[in-house]
Amino acid sequence: MQIVTFTRSTPDTAARVEVGSDGKITWGGASTVVNPWDEYALEEAIVQAKNIGGKATVIAIGPEMHSEALKHSLAMGLDEAVRIEDPALDPVDGLSYAAAAAAAVNKLEDVKLVLFGKEAVDVGTDQHTVMIARKLGFPLLTSVSKILAIDTAAGTIQVERTLEGGKQVVTSSLPVVISVTKEINEPRYPSFIGIRKASKATIPVWSLADLGVSLPVRRTVVNAYSNLPPRSVEVEMIDGEPAVQAKLLVDRLLEEKVL
Amino acid sequence: MGAVDQRDSALTPSFTPEHEALQSLVRRFAQEKIKPIAEQFDESGEFPLETIREMGRLGLMGIEVPEEYGGAGMDTLAYVLTMIEVAKADASHSTILSVNNSLYCHALMAFGTEEQKQQFLVPVASGEKIGAYSLTEPMSGSDAATMSSRAVLSDDGTHYVINGRKSWVTSGPVADVMILFTMTEPERGNKGITAFLIDASQPGLKRGKKEPKLGIRASATSEILYEDYRVPVANVLGKVGEGFRIAMQVLDAGRIGIASQALGIAEAAYEAALEYARIRRAFGSPIGQFQMIQQKIADMRTRIEASRQLIYHAVLAKARAKQTGGRYTTEASMAKLFASETAAFVTDEALQIHGGMGYSKELPLERYYRDARITRIYEGTSEIQRMVIARSELGLR
Repeated sequence: MQIVTFTRSTPDTAARVEVGSDGKITWGGASTVVNPWDEYALEEAIVQAKNIGGKATVIAIGPEMHSEALKHSLAMGLDEAVRIEDPALDPVDGLSYAAAAAAAVNKLEDVKLVLFGKEAVDVGTDQHTVMIARKLGFPLLTSVSKILAIDTAAGTIQVERTLEGGKQVVTSSLPVVISVTKEINEPRYPSFIGIRKASKATIPVWSLADLGVSLPVRRTVVNAYSNLPPRSVEVEMIDGEPAVQAKLLVDRLLEEKVL
Repeated sequence: MGAVDQRDSALTPSFTPEHEALQSLVRRFAQEKIKPIAEQFDESGEFPLETIREMGRLGLMGIEVPEEYGGAGMDTLAYVLTMIEVAKADASHSTILSVNNSLYCHALMAFGTEEQKQQFLVPVASGEKIGAYSLTEPMSGSDAATMSSRAVLSDDGTHYVINGRKSWVTSGPVADVMILFTMTEPERGNKGITAFLIDASQPGLKRGKKEPKLGIRASATSEILYEDYRVPVANVLGKVGEGFRIAMQVLDAGRIGIASQALGIAEAAYEAALEYARIRRAFGSPIGQFQMIQQKIADMRTRIEASRQLIYHAVLAKARAKQTGGRYTTEASMAKLFASETAAFVTDEALQIHGGMGYSKELPLERYYRDARITRIYEGTSEIQRMVIARSELGLR
């Protein structure tokens, strides 16, 4: 039995991301981190693989920079890591990502659970989770805040989902695709020994040919990126006694239709 | 100039991707888990057991101890980087870390027998138990020959009976195991001191009052009283009468740790001051535009970098000493002397740049200032470091 989760390296959330003079997105010399949402999925993969006595595998799709996220995952305690790289995947859109990811899950044996973080923090998307479930033909459970039980003999899983108004408990058949929220656990920090082992690990790289998949025709193309126009802010000092200042302030706010 | 060391082929130790990964792990852990609780534990003076246990789980309590003895199997550079990051978040945590790693574990690695390592090193390096190092007495510090505690061999020769009072034991209130230096042959002075491995759960050991301190308040420190405490002869670390040599040799490693701690405190204060000098405006411009503030910033940064280079220099000297079986006392003392004096200078100037805000407990500047003060005192005062360096240079004793 196997649990599969996906991750990617994203710019540190403190980094300043902008469009460079060459039209490409840059975040200066800042380092990358594991997509913060994925940490919850990675933690859950470790915990649930132990619970069901299976293996936890992590996959990243994209160039070498994503090996950092995979090494972090191995250091946390994931059993195996794979990276998928192919010229046809650069650039990658949601549907191409889903096609490659679903093919990778199909290549692995006896996968019961495919885990995702809520979204990718850099591109702000979660559409790939829906697409992968569709491509695999697995049920999809989003916004999972707790895995209540996995019954491998009966082939079922019971989870708690966080909805806007409250909670929902759902039972689904296995295998299943799940996206998790940050309420599900507290991700562990990798240990020194984990980091040492991970830094020595060789991570296999699969191409689309290895996966035996061809990508769907790309229907949309990004033509260009541009920075937001700089915000212009005017500061106006109101002088006078406090009572006068207050009156002038209210007048100005009414004038500007703030109040 | 014959004493100036030209033997290093490399000027700084080599950073591997492993070091970078460790550094970013420790930085993240320290900023997310330690920094937010630093103020609370400084206030209460309680020992931060929960975060220390978590640091043990991560492998921070036995960084240089090989994996087969429960450690992380890393090198001194990894230890230095860890100390800097932890000290930047909270000096108290780094004091506890330093005693465990460079005093306790280091002594056992260097002088312990296989049985002693299994019993006393493995649980401490793996973070299960907390270790302490106990040399100082109320009236005896670096002049260890004047210590008044005594260990007397029993008539049947199976154990020693220890009596006396040790002071300033870092982690004393919670330590499970300790390395104790005490006098077995008082008439022989320094050569009459023996090191013992102490199990704190045995009868005859009492923890005294917790020391109320100016800084590093969460690194709980206490007296330990020994009243007819019986320790088996198998728990002698090294040889009888070899204690002083062990204590001094272990302190070489300890001083690199304290230098790194001082650097971490200085960096935290410096970064706060830099930010404040940019945003705080006076007389119509950021105070960082005033030359008198700029001079402070330039001096702080320069001394911080000089400290780092001296620490790296000591790390290289230690690695070389490991190959040759030599010592690195002078290099460790120079790093400790300069980095601790730098921490005092930088925390003082950083507080000054913050003005009244720096004096307030609303900001951590006053804590950095108090915490930095100890680095000029423990594991040998600045005066002792100067004495060590000068004696070694002059060849006079």
